[in-house]
Amino acid sequence: MLSRTADHLYWMARYTERAENTVRMLDVSYRMSLLPGANGGDTESWSAILDISELSGAFARTGRPLSACDVIEFVVLDRDNPSSVWNCLRAARENAHAVRGTLTAEMWETTNATWLEIREMTPQKLRATDLGEFFEWVKFRSHLLRGVTFGTMLHDEAFKFVRLGTFLERADNTARLLDVKYHSLLPKAEGLTSSTDFYQWGALLRSVSAFETYRHVYRDVITPYKVAELLILNADMPRSLHACLDEINGILGEIASIHSAEAARQAGELHATLHYGRMDDIFDAGLHPWLERFLVRINRLGDSIGENFLVPVAA
Amino acid sequence: MNAAKPFDEMHAADGTIRTHYQPYSEWLGHTPRELIARKRKEADLAFHRVGITFNVYGADGGKERLIPFDLLPRIIPGDEWRTLEAGLRQRVRALNAFLADIYHGQEILRAGRIPADQVLDNAQFRPEMKGVHVPGGLYAMIAGIDLVRAAGADGKGDYYVLEDNLRVPSGVSYLLENRKMMMRLFPDLFSRYDVQPVEHYPDLLLETLRAVAPAGVLDPTAVLLTPGAFNSAYFEHSFLAQQMGIELVEGQDLFVEDDTVFMRTTQGPRRVDVIYRRLDDDFLDPEVFRRDSMLGVPGLMSAYRAGRVTLANAVGTGVADDKSIYPYVPEMVRFYLGEEPILNNVPTWMLREPDDLAYTLAHLPELVVKEVHGAGGYGMLVGPAATKAEIEEFRQRILAAPEKYIAQPTLSLSTCPTFVDAGIAPRHIDLRPFVLSGGREIRMVPGGLTRVALKAGSLVVNSSQGGGTKDTWVVG
Repeated sequence: MLSRTADHLYWMARYTERAENTVRMLDVSYRMSLLPGANGGDTESWSAILDISELSGAFARTGRPLSACDVIEFVVLDRDNPSSVWNCLRAARENAHAVRGTLTAEMWETTNATWLEIREMTPQKLRATDLGEFFEWVKFRSHLLRGVTFGTMLHDEAFKFVRLGTFLERADNTARLLDVKYHSLLPKAEGLTSSTDFYQWGALLRSVSAFETYRHVYRDVITPYKVAELLILNADMPRSLHACLDEINGILGEIASIHSAEAARQAGELHATLHYGRMDDIFDAGLHPWLERFLVRINRLGDSIGENFLVPVAA
Repeated sequence: MNAAKPFDEMHAADGTIRTHYQPYSEWLGHTPRELIARKRKEADLAFHRVGITFNVYGADGGKERLIPFDLLPRIIPGDEWRTLEAGLRQRVRALNAFLADIYHGQEILRAGRIPADQVLDNAQFRPEMKGVHVPGGLYAMIAGIDLVRAAGADGKGDYYVLEDNLRVPSGVSYLLENRKMMMRLFPDLFSRYDVQPVEHYPDLLLETLRAVAPAGVLDPTAVLLTPGAFNSAYFEHSFLAQQMGIELVEGQDLFVEDDTVFMRTTQGPRRVDVIYRRLDDDFLDPEVFRRDSMLGVPGLMSAYRAGRVTLANAVGTGVADDKSIYPYVPEMVRFYLGEEPILNNVPTWMLREPDDLAYTLAHLPELVVKEVHGAGGYGMLVGPAATKAEIEEFRQRILAAPEKYIAQPTLSLSTCPTFVDAGIAPRHIDLRPFVLSGGREIRMVPGGLTRVALKAGSLVVNSSQGGGTKDTWVVG
């Protein structure tokens, strides 16, 4: 298939996944801020949100105070913030439009309808909206597109590039979330004595839809070590790094060509780290450095996929 | 050519229904108007949906342009069509022979049948094409020939060729969509008529494209080159590519290496043999034509001239469909084929000729004057519809450069009954058949795209100016 077509499909999926994960993060912070004793104005968790997406500088330049309302508006709606949910959904729709003929009618209509609805969203309207409901809506539009894609699109090469975009973005987003949240929570987390800590870790799990999963897998109290293990090494947990790399590695094997050896090598290497890695080793090396290194490698893999498949250099 | 009383496709002069419309008329007689109104809504909705599904979106998103569709079909009797078909074959054969000739031996110029300067000084003549061999000697593989019908002296309707479109003729997607819609809305009508099918057009087009691949290519790869999603005909581009199962590419998807065209795919470069380009000559290759073109492919002309890729249509076809060349097409038929033209040209005065100029200036209020080298109704005077001031202004323009203009009688296009707000009323129509030349045969699907001027009395069928379309049936 045309590289340009693959590129649009891949980015359609990445932007949709990014929008979903952005509201997942917002949702957890928003819920935490509502907890008793969290005194809603806790600036730390809002600056953490900005750190995750590397937006602290951009936010500071707006001159807005670090309040829940301002951060949410900036992350959800700001036209000048290229990673805002608004811009992600616009970009997803623009990519879909460019390859309209490759999508099924349902996929196109889902993406287009999502955009047409959020296009009308303004800060005034957002303030008048139940935020929890709004975050749910964004998540479910993403669920819907993924489901419609799975259920209507021919599972050919085009489909694989959609999936590749989804899992590459998700691996990146889960790693960022874990990195930032883990650090903001850890100092207080020794032994998890306070109930606030319990809720905080619970909220982190909920943000990746893994609260019940944790209970089911560990049948144990929530400990930071196990949360990290679940989100990094558990291959059955659909938002874990291991699960994402399983998908990415598998897809790259299926779409391999003589030009894609480098992407395949990097994915295989990263996959092996997760497949054969042990949590103790990760902790011994330090979780933060490990995650930072992971983010560098996943971004490098994204670059290689771009070079090997999407925008081949003119011969 | 009676300008006063247009030819009515459905009713004879005495008010009786023409034979080929009788089954339709009977059907209409016992079909409740409410049903038709409901079907009309259904059609609007369905086209809107198709529009939403396929059509072009502007930068503001979500707005699509729909061309109105009229439910009352334009019906052409089989024997009438067979004559048209023979005439179209003949005309397109002659036009292709003309193009091959002027880019090679220029026999017709040396024989003095067309003044050389009319061709060689024409802005649409491409010196880059001189001596270039094209597969099968074919230039206009896809031709859209605009036909109109006017009342003859004997009350019969005579067809005339109004214009040849040999560059990037469009509209065939509407022809196909219209048929699909009619069959969906009124399946019972199709049991009353033996309507000749048109649905195989994409197959014919694909065969045509593959037939003109460079020599020696066994399994040619064809692509459709579009200017992009913001082109007004993008719907048609993506529709045809999808129907043919070929890649819809933009200039940035292609590159040229060693005079060979490749497309950038996820599996690496893949050779392209035939390009059905829906992009004007000027934008094809910034190295040869417009340097600021971002839509084309650098090096494409070099690969083309080397015979490593086929462009459909060829570069330089515009010289054959220019208004200044149009008057000579019957002469081409005689010169290259040794036949008398089957299809009539509209009588045309060439204002470069002093006699024609004098006649035209004396009759401006009743004539249509067109600028040559112009496409799409720019610089046109429709005498009967113009004010005195407009006519005088145009007179000055003609006098300043008479060679830039041709004049024709104002044709009263035939009318076909059409559903309008007040019921059913006659509206003027034309017909654009799509003629495919590739390999040994010239082929077309029966009929063509019928365009209708929806405003009462209007002769302008262009979609940008209130025109709509009808399904076109060739029966029997």
